[in-house]
Amino acid sequence: MMRKASAALPAGTFILLLAALWEAGTMLLGIPHYIIPKLSDVFVSMWDNRQTLAGHFAVTLGEALLGLGLSVALGTLAAVWIEGSRLARKTLYPLIVASQTIPIIALSPIMVLWFGYEVWSKVAVVILFTFFPIAVNTADGFRSADPEIGDLMRAMGARKRDLFLKWKLPSALPGFFTGLKMAATISVGGATLGEWLGGESGLGMYTKRASNMLRAEAVFSGVLLLSLMGILLFLAARLAERAVLSGRFPGEQGR
Amino acid sequence: MSGLQVQAEERAGTQPGGTGGSGSRLSVRPAILSVRGLTYGFSRAEPLFAGLDFDVREGEFVSFVMPSGMGKTTLFRLLAGLLAPQAGTIAVGEERAAAAEASRLGHIGYMPQRDSLLPWRTVLDNAALGLELRGTPKREARRRALELLPVFGLEGTERKHPHELSGGMRQRVSFLRATLGGGKLLLLDEPFSALDAMTRAGMQEWLLQIWERHRKTILFITHDVDEALLLSDRVLAASVSPVSAFSEIAVDLPRPRDYSAVLEERFIRMKRELLRLLGREMHGLGGDRR
Repeated sequence: MMRKASAALPAGTFILLLAALWEAGTMLLGIPHYIIPKLSDVFVSMWDNRQTLAGHFAVTLGEALLGLGLSVALGTLAAVWIEGSRLARKTLYPLIVASQTIPIIALSPIMVLWFGYEVWSKVAVVILFTFFPIAVNTADGFRSADPEIGDLMRAMGARKRDLFLKWKLPSALPGFFTGLKMAATISVGGATLGEWLGGESGLGMYTKRASNMLRAEAVFSGVLLLSLMGILLFLAARLAERAVLSGRFPGEQGR
Repeated sequence: MSGLQVQAEERAGTQPGGTGGSGSRLSVRPAILSVRGLTYGFSRAEPLFAGLDFDVREGEFVSFVMPSGMGKTTLFRLLAGLLAPQAGTIAVGEERAAAAEASRLGHIGYMPQRDSLLPWRTVLDNAALGLELRGTPKREARRRALELLPVFGLEGTERKHPHELSGGMRQRVSFLRATLGGGKLLLLDEPFSALDAMTRAGMQEWLLQIWERHRKTILFITHDVDEALLLSDRVLAASVSPVSAFSEIAVDLPRPRDYSAVLEERFIRMKRELLRLLGREMHGLGGDRR
C-alpha cells in the first residue's frame, strides 16, 4: 500500500503542477474566460451545478455501462464463434478487423436513425466503439492458448468440453481483459458522441449545450467529469482483471 | 561376466529385425505395450519410422536414445494416441487388436518436455487435472493429489502457482500429474533437459527412488547417455533415419541405484558400447542392415 502511494507521487505532483500552471497562466496572460476559463472557475461552476451534473453523470455512466455490458456479451460470443468454427475464423474475423476502417463517427448518425433519440441509440454507439477491442482481443486470446497444454489434456482423455472450459477459456482471459480495459476507456467517448447526436440528458449533451452558450467553465467541468468517468471505468476493469488473474503471473499481486 | 552379457544382448538387439532375439525374453512378463510395423512420417518421401517393432514389459523402465530430429517426440505422440500411425499397430495392455487412437487417449500418462503446467491453476489443481479429466469429482481428485504431495517432495506447495516454483519443482508437479492421470504407462519426454546439471542429478536420483517404490512402467526419452543408463532396465537406441529397428542395451546394474553408479566400471563399459552404437551408425555404416 505504501509502495502504491509513493508510485503515484510523481504523477500526482505533475498533475498539481499543471493545474497551478493553468490557473496562473490564465490569470497572468489575461486569456478570455470563454477561450480558457480559470481552473478555479471550472471548479466553482462544477460545485454550483453539482446536482444537475450528478444527474447527467449518472445518465452517461448508465449508457456507457449498458453498452459495455452488451459489448462484452456480443464480443465474447463472436470470439467463441471465431474460435469454434473454422468458417467463422476465415470469414467473420477478417470482416471484424476490416470493419475498423469504417469511421465509426460517420456511422453513428445511422444509430440514431435506427434507434431514435432514446437511450438505445447511445448504447448502440457505445457498442460500435467497444465491440471490436473485446471481440478481437478475446479471439486472439483463444488463439494464444499453448498447444502443448492442449495436447497434454487430450492425451489425458479430455473431451471437447473440457478442452474449452479448462484450457481455451482460461487462456483467453488475459486477452479478454486487455480488450475490456481498452473498451472501458473508449465507452465514455461513445456515450458522449451518442448524446451529441441528439438527446435530452447526459454529460455529452450538457457540454454541447454549454458550448453553444459560450459557457466555457461549464464545458470544461463536463469534460473533466467525462475523463474522470473514463479513468474510473478503466480502474474498475483493471480491478476485475487483478481479481480474476491474481496469482497467475509473477508480480501481479505485489504491484 | 556381466560385461559379456551386455555385449551379447546388445548384439542380439542390433541384428536385422531386432525383435527376434528379445522376443523370448518378453515372454517372462506380459508386454504392456507392443508396437508392430509402425510407420509414420510427416511426408511420404521421408518417413521417420518404417516398420518399427518393439515391446515394453509391465513394470519396466525403458529409455529411448536417438539424435535430435529423428522423431523421439513424434514417437511419444503416436504412443499417447495424439497421432495415428500410417501403418502398423500400437497395442496397450490386453487389447491385442489394432486399437483406435481414441482408446489410448486417457490411458497413458504423458509428461512433456516443457512442464506445461497450467499457469492459472495451483500446484494441487495442476496435479489433480488428470483425475479430473477422467471424471473423478474435483474434491476427491484434490484429496488424492494432496496425499501424494509429500511423496513427490512438494509438501506445503499445494496453494502455490507454477511461476512461484523452481524448474525442478515444476517438473515434479508435472510428473505427479502424469502419475495420477495416466494408467499403466508413463511417457516422459526429456523431462530433465531444461534443468541445470546439479538439479538434474538430484531429479534423476529422486525419480529412481519414486520408481523403485511404485514400479510403474516408464518410457523415457533422453539424449543424455548417462541418464539413460542410470535410470533404465533397457536402453533402445537408433541413429539411422527412418528407424526400422532399435538397438538394445540391457542395463544389468543392481537396484536400488544411485548416482554413484555412473562411476562403476560396468557402467562405463555400457556407456562406451552405447556411444559406439550411436556413433558408428551415425557415420552411415548402419546401412549394412538393409
